[in-house]
Amino acid sequence: MSNNDDRRKAPAGERVADWADGRLGIYSLAKANMRKIFPDHWSFMLGEICLYSFIIIILTGVYLTLFFHPSMNEVEYHGSYVPLQGQLMSEAFASTLDISFDVRGGLLIRQIHHWAAIIFLAGMFVHMMRVFFTGAFRKPREINWLFGFLLFVLGMFTGFTGYSLPDDLLSGTGVRFTQGAILSVPIVGTYISMFLFGGEFPGGDFVARFYSIHILLLPGIMLGLVVGHLILVFYHKHTQFAGPGRTNKNVVGMPLLPVYMAKAGGFFFLVFGAIAALAGIASVNPIWALGPYRADQVSTGAQPDWYMGFAEGLVRAMPGWEINFWGHTLVLGVFIPLVLFGLFLGVIALYPFIESWITGDKREHHILDRPRNAPTRTAFGVAWVTGYMIMLIGGGNDIVATHFHLSINAVTWFVRIGFFAGPVLAFVITKRICLGLQRRDKDKVLHGRETGTIKRLPHGEYIEVHEPLSQEQLYTLTSHEQYAPAEIGPTVDENGVERKVKRSEKVRAKLSKAYYGEESQIAKPTVEEYKEITSGHGHH
Amino acid sequence: MKKLSARRRHPLAALVVLLLALACTGGLYAAFAPASKAQADETAQSLAIEEGKKLYAVGCASCHGTGGQGSSDGPSLVGVGAAAVDFQVGTGRMPAATSQGAQVPRKKVVYTQAEIDQLAAYISSLGAGPNIPTEAEYGPEGADIAKGGELFRTNCAQCHNFTGKGGALTRGKFAPTIEDVDPKHIYEAMQTGPQNMPSFPDTTLSEQNKKDIIAYLNAVNGDETESPGGLELGGLGPVSEGLFGWIFGLGGLIAVAVWVAARTAKAKKS
Repeated sequence: MSNNDDRRKAPAGERVADWADGRLGIYSLAKANMRKIFPDHWSFMLGEICLYSFIIIILTGVYLTLFFHPSMNEVEYHGSYVPLQGQLMSEAFASTLDISFDVRGGLLIRQIHHWAAIIFLAGMFVHMMRVFFTGAFRKPREINWLFGFLLFVLGMFTGFTGYSLPDDLLSGTGVRFTQGAILSVPIVGTYISMFLFGGEFPGGDFVARFYSIHILLLPGIMLGLVVGHLILVFYHKHTQFAGPGRTNKNVVGMPLLPVYMAKAGGFFFLVFGAIAALAGIASVNPIWALGPYRADQVSTGAQPDWYMGFAEGLVRAMPGWEINFWGHTLVLGVFIPLVLFGLFLGVIALYPFIESWITGDKREHHILDRPRNAPTRTAFGVAWVTGYMIMLIGGGNDIVATHFHLSINAVTWFVRIGFFAGPVLAFVITKRICLGLQRRDKDKVLHGRETGTIKRLPHGEYIEVHEPLSQEQLYTLTSHEQYAPAEIGPTVDENGVERKVKRSEKVRAKLSKAYYGEESQIAKPTVEEYKEITSGHGHH
Repeated sequence: MKKLSARRRHPLAALVVLLLALACTGGLYAAFAPASKAQADETAQSLAIEEGKKLYAVGCASCHGTGGQGSSDGPSLVGVGAAAVDFQVGTGRMPAATSQGAQVPRKKVVYTQAEIDQLAAYISSLGAGPNIPTEAEYGPEGADIAKGGELFRTNCAQCHNFTGKGGALTRGKFAPTIEDVDPKHIYEAMQTGPQNMPSFPDTTLSEQNKKDIIAYLNAVNGDETESPGGLELGGLGPVSEGLFGWIFGLGGLIAVAVWVAARTAKAKKS
């Protein structure tokens, strides 16, 4: 090509880009988003761990579908695992054995799939807690909080349907457990069970049905939600921690291209590598050791994967109450846990709306709270996590009993009492810690950082030298905003007519006082206080 | 024959016939009687019982009574058989500590096998019970591992876990792990049902069934068992898997995230 030619052809890359832009309009899209800024903080990468493990699950799951037979037809096993040869089992179980022992790379892919699922759910839990404790769920991100919550719940059920597919003795026991929970629902329970299993349990249908739920329905919905979740993150822009130069109207960080593309791309491979290494090192769900499912067999230590452990714990801790009337049985021992399961999870889902109702704050928030600066919210979150964790212990009560040489009855009673007392205790303690940290911040702002340098004054007094904080540090520690408790307002209007105060208004004022009253936050230092102390008259 | 027939009415003829008959039955008895042992054996047996009795008086009688009749501290041992003694003493469960918890645990064996055999001889002399099984009964020859697995999952797994790792029972009692347990002791446990375990006599689980179960346990939980998936994590199922996933899986990934976030672009370090 000649350089003198004015109308020379554009380089190949430009031509391809031009061709695509003419048809897809990617130029304006890329221009708007390629320089999108993301703030830097390790906790903002928790969501990435979830996204990447989700992608890993999809990739490995596709491989597994190539070899898995979702059928409950009975076959005799003649594969390479000796201790099961000649045993009758479902085709689902036999094909999972084949994947584990006779398909090249099958066991590794199976273990990557399962470990990634465990990490996906754990990651979502931690990601959700990060968002909760920093107040990132506030306007305008409430819908995205709900998307995330839905992803967590759907992830639980996708996981459940997934580990049920091999039709092994452990997962079969789990399916039976679930069927029992469905049966405990008054009136409709038996109908739902018959519909879901195509007749009496276990029937010959559930593996095929769970299969389409597991590989199509739930992941399809989840994929849509993930895309929506990410679009909203783009649309709202990412939140950031307070600091100099960071306002509610900007984002301080690095651009998507090239920095975050490189970082995120690299992080994907790190996550994939770490999970693959885990799957190469540690066994997960060794179905060959568990044996095929038969309704007349059961093993001790039969737990679900961790994310269903909360439900398991509720049922294990609940006393076996039941009410019999007119020939019907209401199995409270299972039904109450089922209701609690929904309520307990639902509370955290609705929390953003509860908090915004209490504060009455309709403004947008893009600057994150430090957990200590929202003591009541933080205490509530820790209480919720405590309740959740205590029920996880309840779900593994037998393992806890054997490994710590305790009585299983004692463990169960600990869980029963702990489920009510633990969160209260955690609430009180967390709030105290938050207030203590607020006091320390105030002290740091007014008196500076303790340097550990001890000085002796001429008259013999010893003092510790305090180093004043820098302007940036002062800003970071004092930029948060403190709410004043909401008042009910005058109950008598200008004409002296008594106004009717709604009950909800009274409740709100009470809650607001609990959130932002004198006992729930330490007033941050004012400019006057600071000036007075730093002007030299003050003495620490 | 003539001579015999001539003397058949001899006054001593009856005596001779009687002697012959006695010798005949005695001989037959000696040939077919089950307990017929050589003289030396019999003395050894009674010697073992004697020795066992002495050991019993020192180590067991304080709880089980001087004649094995039992007391408020220990059950009667009449009729438990040699197999029960071999299991309880051979796994160190007996003699039990004076203050025991919910269940007598397996511990260090304090008697030699010879002493255990003497104790077993004494106890089985108190009343008939199951004998100590032989290698042919619990050995791996002719066992069907897969069948044993099915039997294990049907009869044993609800307390001992899928592959015999053990599990919890009520109020601090537990089904112990069957790892590193001598096949003979597994057989004896099935036969005699120690502590909270139900007994599975030959009428419930035939000799062949027991053999199969032992062979299965050896295959899935023995010294040479491989774990194809990597670390077994205790073989306890999802509880240990979940803990491992949280600590090493997510924990590791968070560590990686912290590392990645700390290495930010050098253009501006805030």
